[in-house]
Formats: sequence, C-alpha cells, structure tokens
Amino acid sequence: MNHKRIGGEKPQELHPMEGWLRSERMPHIWCAGCGIGPTLYAWVRALDRVGIDKTKVVYVSGIGCCGRGSGYLDVDGFHTTHGRAIPFATGIKLVKPDLCVNVISGDGDLFSIGGNHFIHACRRNVDLLVICTNNFIYGMTGGQLAATSLRGDYTTTTPYGNVEQPFNTPHLADASGAVYIARWTSIHVRLLEESIAEALRMKGFRYIEVLSPCPVNYGRRNKLPGVFDTTEWFLQSSVVRHGANTSEVQIEKGKPIILGNFVKREKKLSYYDELKKLEEKVKGAAEAEE
Amino acid sequence: MEKTVLTGKHFWYGNIAIAEGAITAGCRFFAGYPITPASEIAEHISKRFPEIGGLIVQFEDELASMAAILGASWAGAKSMTATSGPGLSLMMENLGLGVMMEVPTVVVDIQRGGPSTGLPTLTAQGDVMQAKWGSHGPYEIIALSPDSPQEAFDLTIRCFNLAEKYRVPVILLASETVGHSAGKVVVPPKDEIELIDRKKPTVPPEEYLPYKPDEDLIPPMAHAGEGYAFCTTGLTHDENGYPDVSAEAQEKLVRRLNDKIRIHIEEIVDVEEENMEDAEIAVVSYGQVSRPAKRAVKMAREEGIKAGSIKLVTIWPFAENVIQKWAKQVKVFIVPELNYGQIYLEVRREVAGDSETVSIPRMGGRLITPQEIYREIKKVSEK
Repeated sequence: MNHKRIGGEKPQELHPMEGWLRSERMPHIWCAGCGIGPTLYAWVRALDRVGIDKTKVVYVSGIGCCGRGSGYLDVDGFHTTHGRAIPFATGIKLVKPDLCVNVISGDGDLFSIGGNHFIHACRRNVDLLVICTNNFIYGMTGGQLAATSLRGDYTTTTPYGNVEQPFNTPHLADASGAVYIARWTSIHVRLLEESIAEALRMKGFRYIEVLSPCPVNYGRRNKLPGVFDTTEWFLQSSVVRHGANTSEVQIEKGKPIILGNFVKREKKLSYYDELKKLEEKVKGAAEAEE
Repeated sequence: MEKTVLTGKHFWYGNIAIAEGAITAGCRFFAGYPITPASEIAEHISKRFPEIGGLIVQFEDELASMAAILGASWAGAKSMTATSGPGLSLMMENLGLGVMMEVPTVVVDIQRGGPSTGLPTLTAQGDVMQAKWGSHGPYEIIALSPDSPQEAFDLTIRCFNLAEKYRVPVILLASETVGHSAGKVVVPPKDEIELIDRKKPTVPPEEYLPYKPDEDLIPPMAHAGEGYAFCTTGLTHDENGYPDVSAEAQEKLVRRLNDKIRIHIEEIVDVEEENMEDAEIAVVSYGQVSRPAKRAVKMAREEGIKAGSIKLVTIWPFAENVIQKWAKQVKVFIVPELNYGQIYLEVRREVAGDSETVSIPRMGGRLITPQEIYREIKKVSEK
C-alpha cells in the first residue's frame, strides 16, 4: 500500500523490511547502540515469516523510548499512556479477537507503572504478545532508577548505587500464569526472531523479555560507556538454557545471563475463549428455559 | 429472543436504568472496578451482557478500565465504564488520552461525598469541576446530569449519541441519590429510539488521514483491523496521527479539540425551563437537586412570587447563552447544589454583574429540601 501521507520523503535506500515501515518517518528518535530497532526488526521478520496479514496486526505501546515504536511501523499503531498499553490492548483484542495484538514496551512502562496490569493480564490469559525491551533504566527521561536496575547500578536517582532488588520478569510472568515465556537480547536477533515466531503461533498471554542496551543513559553511568560495551557484556555473559527454571534466571552483575525459551504451556483457553464459553452456557440455559 | 431493548414499563433503580440505557444504546463492552455507589451498574451488566453477546471485564483498577474502554472503542465497540469520585480521579489519566485520541466512549460517575474517600454511601455533586477539567491540559468535554431513573436511562443513550457524534468521552454525572432511587422507567419501542454511530472514512485506506477533520471539525474514525494502517498517540500530532511536538501543531490540534465542541454548543446544550416567562427570581439546578428546586418554585408561585426554574440537563459545555439571555430579565439567580458552589460560579460568570447571584451550598450527605430552597426564594423576594 502506498500511503499519501503528508510530508516526509521515502529514503533512496530502502530498508529490507520496507513494507512494514513508515520509512518516510526515518530517521527515528533512538540513539546509536539502542536495542529497540533490532528488536522491532526481529518482530517484523517474525510476523513476515509466520505470514500474518499486515492489516490484522495491531501494535500498542506505552510511554518511553519504546513507546514511539508504534508510530514507525505501517500497521495500526496505538501510542497510549504510561503503563496502560496492556489494558488498552485488552480492549482491542476482546472486541476484535481475530486481530494479532502486540504490546511492545519498555521495562519502566510494563513493570513499574504498569506492573499490576502485567500480572493481571497474565492471570487472565489475555491473548496478547507482550515484548519488553528491558534496558535496566528510564532512558527517555534521562536515566533514572528502574524496577529492573541491578543492585549497585548508578542512575541519576541513585547516584550512590541502587540498593533495591530488581524484578526477575520471566519469573514474575511464570508465577502469574503466562503461557509462553522467553528471554533474549537485542543482539540475538535470529534466536529472538525464532522465539517471536513461535510465540506468534500460540494463543494466550505470551511474554518475551529482550535485554537491550542503552549506552547513553545506562551504559555511560555503569562502566559500559561505549556504543557496543553493553552488547559486549551481553555476548560475553549470555548462556542459552531452554526450559530453565524461571526462579533461577535473575540477572545479577558478574554472573551469567540466562537466555532461552523458558516456558511453554499448551491448551489453556484464552480469556476471550473463556468468556465466549460462558456466554454459550448462559444462552443455552436461557433457551432451555424458553 | 434477543433481549437488547426492554420495551415497556419498569420499576428500576437509577443504576439499573443506566445499565439498560447503555445496552439500549448499543454498548457491548464494559470495563470497571467495584466502587460504592456505582457497583450495581457493573453487577447488572454482568448478568445481562452474556445474554446479548456483550463483554464485561472487571479490571484490576480504574486506570486499566478507562484504558480498556478506549481500546474497545478503537476496535469498533460502543464502550462504557461506571465509577464514583475516587475511581473518576484515577480515570482522569486515560480520559485525557480519550480526548486527545478523540475516542467515543461513556464514563458514568455516580457521585458521592468527597474529597478523598469521603462519604462512600451518601450523595453529592462535588465532581462537577473535575468532570470539566479533571485531566490535565486545556480541553472541552461533554457532561450530562440526570435527576431520576427515567432521565438516567434517557441521558445514558444521549451520552452515547454525543460521544459517537463528537468523538469525545462523555460523562454521565449522576449521584448516589439518582443511582439508588427507584422509579418508573418507560423504555420506548426499539424503532423509536434514535441512535447515532461514529463517522467512518469514505476514502480508500491509501488516502486516509486519521486526524484530518471534516468541516464540522470532526475526523472520520477508522477501526483497528480495517486496513487503514493508521497510528494514533497521546502526543500532540498532525493529521497523519504522527507526533509533532511543536507550538504550531499544539495550537492547531488543541484549538480544534476545543472548537469541535464549542461550535456545536447550541446542539449539545439542553436545559429545561419552567415558569420563566415573567420570572424575576430563577433557581438554576441540575441532577437530583432540580427536583426539590422545581418544587420550591411551585411553592413560591403559590405565594405569588415570580420565581422560575432553569434545570441544566447538559452541565458541560455550560449553558452560557441561556444564562446570558435570562440575565436580562431575572433579578436574582439562586443556585442550590451539593458542593461549595461550583455551578454557582459559572452562573455568576455568565451573569457578569447584570443580576444578583445567590449560592445554596451543601457539602453533600443529604439532599437539599424544597423548603430550604423556598426559604431562600422568599428571603430574596422580600429584599
């Protein structure tokens, strides 16, 4: 489809996933070395590979660097409020269950301000794919402490080091009942793409954490000042362990980072299916009465 | 048998009338969080929706509920939530998003005493100003206030129609005494009820600009999954729906968001006037207080006092033209309300010194009696 949108020219050299992008909006706002771009690349490649009709893809984001992504992809995109992407997406999905609804947002958005919505959507098994780009920091607002910042991390609001325990988000998703849980990094684009493709073929609440470098606001303050230093840390420390016990995948400094496809639960009815099953029961009982 | 419109006579609580009004208007998605004195709306819809194919979700909080009804509306459903003051405070975040993204949806507020947890089970009208500007930023919104179960039913339908027409969240500003009082509600035959649906795009997807308004300043609305590949954001945006954080874009967009309501004010504003032809004293009221107010006017008329009643059915946008018109004739406006004078200040502003204005403020907890209002009319008339 060739949109006649106002302003902006298509660049001369086209991106390999051109059909999925609003390339007239490039360059994007993300910094050099950021992991959001590769993550979205893996996502659209997976959508393409699985063969999902582009007109049925919905991209819902919250606030933060990652929130801006929904405006760069050529699908129905919703840039919502801070932390509320999941309930907003739930509303879309329940009304139009045939749509492929994706929430792609940051760790601050999904686990601090939106943490409650995350665990409840897991619990209900809402049919959503949720991808979290976890960069351990509030990037857009200038590098403040996140619920995922590691112990000892320096941020603009923990100038003497972080004393809080970070979330182990795969474990949180597991305890809350997500049907698919994986963790990759934005460097592992091929493996990430495979994992996303696998998740896209499933129903129910699916969660993928993507560790993502933020050289400007995380790396710079935490002895990883170069564009590729965080990437290097991920490559050096990553260990792939499919099916790992999620209680054992907490990220800690100086220890291996466990990646992999951790959890796959089959044959659990999605929230919509449960509601429709209930509706059939109610309607059946009413007809029997008549 | 499809039981969507329950044509006939009923004896309903206000909250039930609101739920049935929503169903009649075509609402098929409800999201909410339990709160006194609004819970009966969600409880009734929980029973009714599975019979008619609607979906109700009890969310983890009001933040999620408000977000979900926006998402549901974008997917094409008529959607609603119902709450009371403390919940309304939480909903302000995504109410603002609804204004910015121009999402038709309905928010019911069964007002109780505040601030804070206040009087959970007792009536009030303290959320009037919150309904107008409770979310941040300069915007216009629509709010209607019913005085009885019948009017709660009728106005709920009108809320949906206004939301659909103007692409804005509309607030039904009811109160505990309306929600919890029972009365006769007549539901007309289905074909006699006027329903309005949002404007849809008439151009092919490749020519569609999601925020390009028509002459009425309202842009047609595509739904998710229809192939329009639109994007929308709470950021200031251009006609593409792309973020444009410049003073120029802000001026253009926010001015239109306000003007699309302001230029239609005559169409939106609804007031009921009684005994106003020769009135020198006018009682301006809304919601359940309009019932004792009308009674007080009747008592005054029996005493030969030239009193009249102006009942505001539409609270926002304010009936400025109506008040300005009567200010030329009326010597004193009396405004009884269950707060410390929120609409009173609006009336005084529109009167602009042409007439005297008197407030009868009650902080909530109980209604104002006809006698209390009558005594004020009497006192004013003897001046």
